[in-house]
Amino acid sequence: MNVLPEWELLAPSSVDEVRAARAHHPGSRFLGGGTDLVVNLRRGIGDPPATLIDLNRVADLKGIEVAGEWIRIGAGVTIRELAQDPRVRASFPGLAAAAGSIAGPTHRNMGTVGGNLCLDTRCIYYNQSEWWRAANRYCLKYGGDICHVAPKSRICYATFSGDLAPALAVLDDAQIEIAGAQGARTLPLDSLYTGDGERYLALEPDELVVAVRARRPPALRTGYDKVRVRQSIDYPLAGVAAGVVREGDRLADLRLAFTGTNPRPLRLAGTEDLCGGALDDAVMERLSGLVRRQVMAMRTTFTSGHYRRHAAGVLARRLVRRLFDTT
Amino acid sequence: MIRLLTFRLNGRERTDAVADNVLLLDHLRESVGLTGTKTGCDGGECGACTVLVDGAPVLSCLTLAATVADRSVETVESLAEEGRLAFIQEGFHRKLGSQCGYCTPGLIMASEALLRRDPDPTEDAIRDALGSNICRCTGYVKIVEAVRWAAEAAAAGRAGATRSAAP
Repeated sequence: MNVLPEWELLAPSSVDEVRAARAHHPGSRFLGGGTDLVVNLRRGIGDPPATLIDLNRVADLKGIEVAGEWIRIGAGVTIRELAQDPRVRASFPGLAAAAGSIAGPTHRNMGTVGGNLCLDTRCIYYNQSEWWRAANRYCLKYGGDICHVAPKSRICYATFSGDLAPALAVLDDAQIEIAGAQGARTLPLDSLYTGDGERYLALEPDELVVAVRARRPPALRTGYDKVRVRQSIDYPLAGVAAGVVREGDRLADLRLAFTGTNPRPLRLAGTEDLCGGALDDAVMERLSGLVRRQVMAMRTTFTSGHYRRHAAGVLARRLVRRLFDTT
Repeated sequence: MIRLLTFRLNGRERTDAVADNVLLLDHLRESVGLTGTKTGCDGGECGACTVLVDGAPVLSCLTLAATVADRSVETVESLAEEGRLAFIQEGFHRKLGSQCGYCTPGLIMASEALLRRDPDPTEDAIRDALGSNICRCTGYVKIVEAVRWAAEAAAAGRAGATRSAAP
């Protein structure tokens, strides 16, 4: 029998009820599929919350809307629903592929879109049992004052591993819809993440992610690929989403975003300079250079940062080539 | 906080007093007394604790019991009828899909969910659907054969063939 901290579980049925519950219970945590939060609670990671707010019965967090170039996905949609939706597979294949690649099938049946966007950052010094972390005097991410990955660092290098954020980041106008005590607001997806592995989300304590929306220009070909230790279940060692526009034999547009490497999903800067000509070896070499300079994988997994940075480049080149060559 | 939890377990509605911080896995094993569902990695990685909630596979080690209020939960104990194994159980038995047996209840429930939505799954579909379940004896080939056997036996059963007795 597992002994977990005492908490009260609330089960609101609307976003307004969630906001009210959050206002009455500061320090509460939102419970979605539980595949991230419950694992951490069981390991004693994070302060034990006095209240859990179960979001699984909130009707206004459900539903996928596809209209023209736009998609809007409720935060309570399960990963499985997103991966299997025929409209998503037809019009947003990169997003569907990213969703279908998350963890394993049972996890996808439990986990939600909001949970994957807000996935806690991960590190071998953090995702450990209480006694393991205590023996290492904890770390910057929780309970300690040193980063074991980069001892001189003042920020935490725990890695963001969500697969949906990069797949959305290569689309246009990706935005997060947020509900808070003051009402609703939208935030560009890019601004949701701070880049510090400790306080990795730019959400206020009272705020809830309600939905995400984005737009795919008709000519944009999208895809997703990643490497894992165990192909059927693990978090990505490196994951890449790509958006490619081909005009004749010319590379007209290129977007790339990575996960599993940095403390935030990384939209690769400078790809526009690679566009305008053929997709030849010289362009691929310059693409590799961009990846080497911007992908900052640290030793936050049992696989070295060097390997993950290299794998990120290989995955990116393969995926861009595949999308460009698809007829 | 302790509350009264009403849910359907293996086809029968029941109401239990359950604390908000009790996992579904522990409630099933320790309070209800159904120990078919196994505690494996105890952290959402191995699938030994897989049960069905509203027909879909769920890791009971990461599910709070209180969240299944008014939902239907099915465990491995629900499958055999009047002492006769279900096809999926018989498949694991005949094809030696079970070695040490610890992962078997979880694999059987994940397979059961697959066969309900896809009665004639390809090998790829079986491997995909069982991706959240780890067999540490590594007997995966036999497990895939067991699911295929169950699919074929169920199809033959639907076609009116006489069901053979278990060996």
